[in-house]
Amino acid sequence: MIDLKISDEPLDAAACIAKATEAECGGVAVFIGTVRNKTKERRVVRLEYECYMSMALKEMKKIADDAIGLWKIKNILIYHRTGILHIGETAVIIAVNAPHREAAFDACRYAIDTLKKTVPIWKKEVFEDGEEWVSAHA
Amino acid sequence: MKTTILAFGIAKEIFGGSKKELELKDGITVRELKNELESFFPAIKKLHTYLIAVNDDCAEDDLILGANDEIAIIPPVSGG
Repeated sequence: MIDLKISDEPLDAAACIAKATEAECGGVAVFIGTVRNKTKERRVVRLEYECYMSMALKEMKKIADDAIGLWKIKNILIYHRTGILHIGETAVIIAVNAPHREAAFDACRYAIDTLKKTVPIWKKEVFEDGEEWVSAHA
Repeated sequence: MKTTILAFGIAKEIFGGSKKELELKDGITVRELKNELESFFPAIKKLHTYLIAVNDDCAEDDLILGANDEIAIIPPVSGG
């Protein structure tokens, strides 16, 4: 099963894990990315995420398809938030369900690493003293 | 041909909006579009990198653009 979502609704980790898990697969690896309170000692107030929805879902689908092709996993769920997120809120959840743990860990790591490189989602960090689109400039 | 270029993230700020209508010559390539955009909006050249997406896929520089293509400028992504 592949389950993908990009939404401005808060993410529920427990619900995501339940959706991604089935009885015949004993391993679930989960990555949860949350909003840090600082970047290089600058205090972060909030993050603002936006996405290019159609392309982002297409790129997420590629990641899920590749993960299923590369490892023995059964289910993969990738959910990402958009909109305004405050400190501690969940920005991304990836849950991978596999019969055994190695494949679950490896595929989960692959999915978040690749998402950060290829999926057209952008975040602006809003600091106490300014704001900046992350990674925009070298 | 009349074309609308979609912009996201910092590109939206550079364009001054989420889309920009441009009159482009027929048969223009992605490389030529990049040159046009960079001359209209020099701030694009200051980006770490960027690419042009056509119909939801990253486009090679020699791709020829058509009037019905959905074209977007994709600045460095930063999801997660």
